[in-house]
Amino acid sequence: MAHNEDDDYEYRIKEGDHIVLKRGDVYKAVQIQRKKKVIFEKQWILLDNVVGHLYGTTFEIASGGTLQPKEDKETGSSTDVKVAGTDNRNIVDDGKSQKLTRDDIETMKEQGLKNEEIIQQLIDNSSTFNNKTGYAQDKYIKKKKKKYENTVTVLKPTCRIIAMMYHGREPGKICHLRYDTLAQMLTLGNIHAGSKVLVFETCAGLVLGAIMERMGGYGSVIQMYPGGGPVRAGVECFGFPAHFHDMLHEFPICRVNALLASTLDTSAKDPTAEEKSLNAAAEQEQIQPEAEQQEGRMETNTGDDDGQDREKLEREKRQEAKAQERKVKLEEKRRKLAAAAALLEGRNADGLVIASQFHPCSVLLGLIKFLSPSRPFVVFSQFKETLIECYTKLKEQGGTVNLMLTDTWLRHYQVLPDRTHPLLLMSGGGGYLLSGTTVATDHSEPAAEEPAPKRQKVKDSEG
Amino acid sequence: MSFIEYSDLIQDGDVAIVHLGHNSVTAVKVQHGAQTQTRFGVIRHSTDLISQRYGSKVTCSKGGWVHVLHPTPELWTVALPHRTQILYTTDIAMVTMMLELKPGSVVCESGTGSGSLSHAILRTIAPTGHLHTVEFHQQRAEKVVEEFKEHRVDHLVTVRNQDVCKDGFGVTGVADAVFLDIPSPWEAVGHAKAAMKKHGGRLCSFSPCIEQVQRTCQALTERGFEEVRTLEVLLRVHNVRPVTLQLPDFGPDSGSPSSSSQAVEEAPPAAAANPASLKIKTTTLPREMPGHTGYLTFATKPRT
Repeated sequence: MAHNEDDDYEYRIKEGDHIVLKRGDVYKAVQIQRKKKVIFEKQWILLDNVVGHLYGTTFEIASGGTLQPKEDKETGSSTDVKVAGTDNRNIVDDGKSQKLTRDDIETMKEQGLKNEEIIQQLIDNSSTFNNKTGYAQDKYIKKKKKKYENTVTVLKPTCRIIAMMYHGREPGKICHLRYDTLAQMLTLGNIHAGSKVLVFETCAGLVLGAIMERMGGYGSVIQMYPGGGPVRAGVECFGFPAHFHDMLHEFPICRVNALLASTLDTSAKDPTAEEKSLNAAAEQEQIQPEAEQQEGRMETNTGDDDGQDREKLEREKRQEAKAQERKVKLEEKRRKLAAAAALLEGRNADGLVIASQFHPCSVLLGLIKFLSPSRPFVVFSQFKETLIECYTKLKEQGGTVNLMLTDTWLRHYQVLPDRTHPLLLMSGGGGYLLSGTTVATDHSEPAAEEPAPKRQKVKDSEG
Repeated sequence: MSFIEYSDLIQDGDVAIVHLGHNSVTAVKVQHGAQTQTRFGVIRHSTDLISQRYGSKVTCSKGGWVHVLHPTPELWTVALPHRTQILYTTDIAMVTMMLELKPGSVVCESGTGSGSLSHAILRTIAPTGHLHTVEFHQQRAEKVVEEFKEHRVDHLVTVRNQDVCKDGFGVTGVADAVFLDIPSPWEAVGHAKAAMKKHGGRLCSFSPCIEQVQRTCQALTERGFEEVRTLEVLLRVHNVRPVTLQLPDFGPDSGSPSSSSQAVEEAPPAAAANPASLKIKTTTLPREMPGHTGYLTFATKPRT
């Protein structure tokens, strides 16, 4: 186990890293910052101590929320039990089987007893424990372990973990997109390095992050966004290296019609210029009252003129710098928009992924125009009805094949000797997918030339 | 064409996917002078395919037409010649995500079988990853090598013709992920661990029977694997179609004026069809669907 530092460098936790905390099946994504407290599973913890340790290390939460790497992993055999009953015919629920009171347990906790020791105390003071069957004893210990567990494992974020985390913690933020459904989307969309992918999502950036991970920094992703700017909180959780962001482009969905209607020059530059002047005007309005206020304050200040002048000068400088900054930002924004527009203009994108709370129909019909022929697209919706409409519209307008409306069922299993069965609870629904492949639309030939069986199907769906 | 890179035009030597309608596809090796028979007539490669754009409509000799599609691992999965039972896209998607595959991943797989999963792995780990795949059936191993070459992904894959349970994967300490689809995966768990990086990685085993899962989980726990989870994923395909539902005739209604106004509202659909009926757009599920493919058992190999 003697490895040198360099060998492990990339597996070590560093300050500023985006990490995922794990306990049992609960995950939480955080960024490591010095002296910053985070709350995880009803406990405040300080992450300072994890820096320098390897990813995958399990830590024990000590007093004050500091973390200590767990010494060795006990395999649960510390609580050895030999005596066990065969059935529960003589076990009566009188509520008195546990001799320890809640106060006793609290004192034990305050004394800083290890969880294993607390659990052993609970077992020793349970009058019925030895009458329980071996399986029931296992279950009892497992349950108590879960309750008194105070360890946390630090993981490197991956699409699997973040998708599971979002689904567990904040399903509403990701339109109830279950992780197996996200997996289907990435595969059906043939997401891979080197392609040019269009994304429209309102899933906090989870779908975008998943796509970026699969592309590994090769190719380009164009995020179409509604409103003022793209939401990318989920992307941050992935902790991608800086160069991944070079592949990421953004384009406001409100400019799609303009882009489709006109050439790159007019669509990319004119609206930006317009926006620039608009923004500048708005900003000036904002500055004005502020400046007036400051002047008002200064009039009351009858101190030395020198100071006033200096202040004034400094203020002007600051304003100038701010204006300059704004200019640079605007220029940057314009440049980005032009770059995204240039990527879209060829209408030769390699894939389209839609997952949003918007009605997918208009989004799909608008954005599918940017795809090359023979490229896959995937649309996610929490509701099947919206996808039925998409399906019908696509069938009417043509230009796609292999249309499929699907959903997946996900069932987890408990696998233990003589106790294997599906888990009692399963997710009710992870949303629906409409997938298909684009084909060249043939304007010269009227639809009447389609072969008989197909034409009938179209008629059916229209009727 | 390549399975890992899109191109616009069909070229000599490409593998193209011919879409015949109704989700029926077939793979065609494009060659100058060659012909392919379909139920819509013959496709002449030199004129109908070569230099045409992927996704274009090709009119066949009988006047029917087909679409020619760019190959993807998903289309290949439904078009490939079966030499074994294969993994389908639904399971493949889950395996890919839960094994945390991405560009640059080094993956071990056994058995190679018909190469359905292999193509999906190669697509995901390109351009910098590598797949070490082990197939003990010599003829199958040779066939799949040939296919990888044809599909221009052979630089990313090494096929070994050996018994994974006896001889392992032929590599040690290099894999980020291992996938097992063999009858006795518990016999390969040790080799899987040896093949993986010392820093850890992910493992998946696909088994149709629960007894196999049971033994595999036990072997995984004994070998120090963590986070052992077994799951199953099932695809439901919804057929979109209009459905007509009849409305019963309650007889003449001589009730209050409000009910008569209701009758007026309902008049248009009733007038459309003689016996009153309502047409709705909905989906139906197939009468029968695949109810089980295999259990997927995932585990994490911790740092050793």
